[in-house]
Amino acid sequence: MVDLATPVTSGGADTGDWQPVARSRAGRSRAARTANRLRLVAGLATLVLLTVGAVLLPWLGGLDERLVDYGAVLRPPSPTHLFGTDEAGRDLLSRTFAGLRVSLLVAALCAVVSTALGALVGTVSGALGGWTDRLVMRCVDAVNAVPHLLLGIVIVALYRGGLLAVVASIALTHWTTVARIVRAEVLSLRQRPFIDAAISGGASRWRVVRRHLLPAIVPQAAISAVLLLPHAVWHETALSFLGLGLPPHMASIGNILGDGRGSVLAGAWWTVVLPSVLLVAATLAVSGIASTWRDRLVPRRRSELSL
Amino acid sequence: MNLADGPTPSPPATARQPGPLAGAGRRRRARAVAALAGRRLAFAVPVLVLVSAAVFALGAASPFDPVKQYYGNQIFTASQSDVDRVRAELGVDEPALVQFGHWLGGLLTGDLGHSRSFRQPVTDVIGERLPWTLLLMCSGLAVAVLLALVLGTLAARRQGGWLDRVVTAVGHALEGIPPFVLALGAIAVFALTLRWLPVAGLTDAGQPATFSQVTRHLVLPASVLGVSQSPWLVLHVRQSLLSSLAEDHVAGARARGLAEWMVVLRHALPTALLPFVTLVGARVPELVTGAVLVEEVFSWPGLASAVVKSALSVDFPLLAALTLLATLAVLLGSLLADVAVALLDPRVATDG
Repeated sequence: MVDLATPVTSGGADTGDWQPVARSRAGRSRAARTANRLRLVAGLATLVLLTVGAVLLPWLGGLDERLVDYGAVLRPPSPTHLFGTDEAGRDLLSRTFAGLRVSLLVAALCAVVSTALGALVGTVSGALGGWTDRLVMRCVDAVNAVPHLLLGIVIVALYRGGLLAVVASIALTHWTTVARIVRAEVLSLRQRPFIDAAISGGASRWRVVRRHLLPAIVPQAAISAVLLLPHAVWHETALSFLGLGLPPHMASIGNILGDGRGSVLAGAWWTVVLPSVLLVAATLAVSGIASTWRDRLVPRRRSELSL
Repeated sequence: MNLADGPTPSPPATARQPGPLAGAGRRRRARAVAALAGRRLAFAVPVLVLVSAAVFALGAASPFDPVKQYYGNQIFTASQSDVDRVRAELGVDEPALVQFGHWLGGLLTGDLGHSRSFRQPVTDVIGERLPWTLLLMCSGLAVAVLLALVLGTLAARRQGGWLDRVVTAVGHALEGIPPFVLALGAIAVFALTLRWLPVAGLTDAGQPATFSQVTRHLVLPASVLGVSQSPWLVLHVRQSLLSSLAEDHVAGARARGLAEWMVVLRHALPTALLPFVTLVGARVPELVTGAVLVEEVFSWPGLASAVVKSALSVDFPLLAALTLLATLAVLLGSLLADVAVALLDPRVATDG
């Protein structure tokens, strides 16, 4: 008989961290594996389609997204303007794809900068250990305690300067996740025999970091960078939507949606539908690809980067 | 032995400690939880100091000149002596550390400075707007938690069924939809097309803030905030209920022939909900972020839309105060969640 009153392990059972490890996504059953593959294919297909659209549209007779035409203000979708026009008569189809290009480029820049920053801080913190480590981790806690969008808004507000301010505001708020992951990786690498071998071979601390630790954290850092992409898109869009992000003449998705906000109230629903759909499709595609990739490489690290 | 014959169905083994937790033990437990809360509060102080120092440093290093903002276009016609007097009054030429000391001293005595964009003291702005923000955030969180409990439970009840598949798919899709897109969509559908609910604001134009007015205007922003926060919670409840349904004590409850709703709601759900409490506490930052966007779209007169206004007009005193307030909310959220988990689950160590 099952003894229902068996005492559970008392103390130390940190239920907060307890999660079933590889139950759903990591592809245990065949159905799950198929779903996983489907997600990857769908994500890649979406991304390719969007990129092709963004790159080829100007050549395929797309209209100039900056062309203002006050004779055709807020036109609903028609053969000339497949997705209608905005409040300045600009073609929304070309403008949205141009916006997607801007948003993705800015997001990629932000992801690279914040991953580099996070990898640097994480490596230094993990490799030096001791007081430096403790201090750095307290700083990471402090940054994480401020809602990221709010800290981003503070930075953008105080350094109003267009692109650079936006990149700084996103990079300075998003490096903490990468720093944590990289630090954990460095700490576990430090226990490995090849590091001991290098040290007993007379390698200096700097050499160990440069030759042995940094190359080993590259895969983790790369996944983090890709996983940061949707966050960065999200942040840039939110900032631009609030009127705090990219300058209004740059057609980013956030700017288009911010402009469209007034037009929606006037009944022009098409000003926000297409930009929203493309934004969501791009975000979901990138995060789908990135999380499938991560599940394959490191099945345990599932929940560390969630939006 | 017939398991169903027991005098009372024994409680889920993992949810309560075996044996009665008698008076002395309970008191000791309460003291330990109080000590945990105290330690966490003490830990919050350095974080707050660090955050305020960082925000102040950002402000001090900014190329933005408050004196020029004070004057606006009149800086070109103002006499140098007047400009110097204002410089001295605003104290912008003092060393940064002295300024930081003044500011921190002001924070501790409750003097948060003067908001330039609202033309009133920062404390007044916060006092006027905090209740509306709390109302919106609490109702949004309530919507999200309710959705999570109902949909998560229903989805986990029949894993792989149509409801489960719909909930999971919609949840994953919603994770990628920003709150302001959701808000614009909700306005377009429910306010403009169906005309069920008002578009924005706290009341109709010129109306006093009566209960019915505010409730009617609250429905849309609170639902949007709740729905935008719900996918993580729904998927989490589903996942953790699925794993707790596979545990021994649930199999035991089934074996004793208990009704299905009793097994799910009384035996599986309680163990599944402990991590959920922690998750809800940890999602305060996202709740604040969502509130900023939702309040802005719906012109809700709360603190989060004041963030946007103060940022657009570079109103540093208000912006800094609101950042600190949000940080405090985040720290309080995780503290409350930890205390709740420690009180609910005697297995959780309180000395960590």
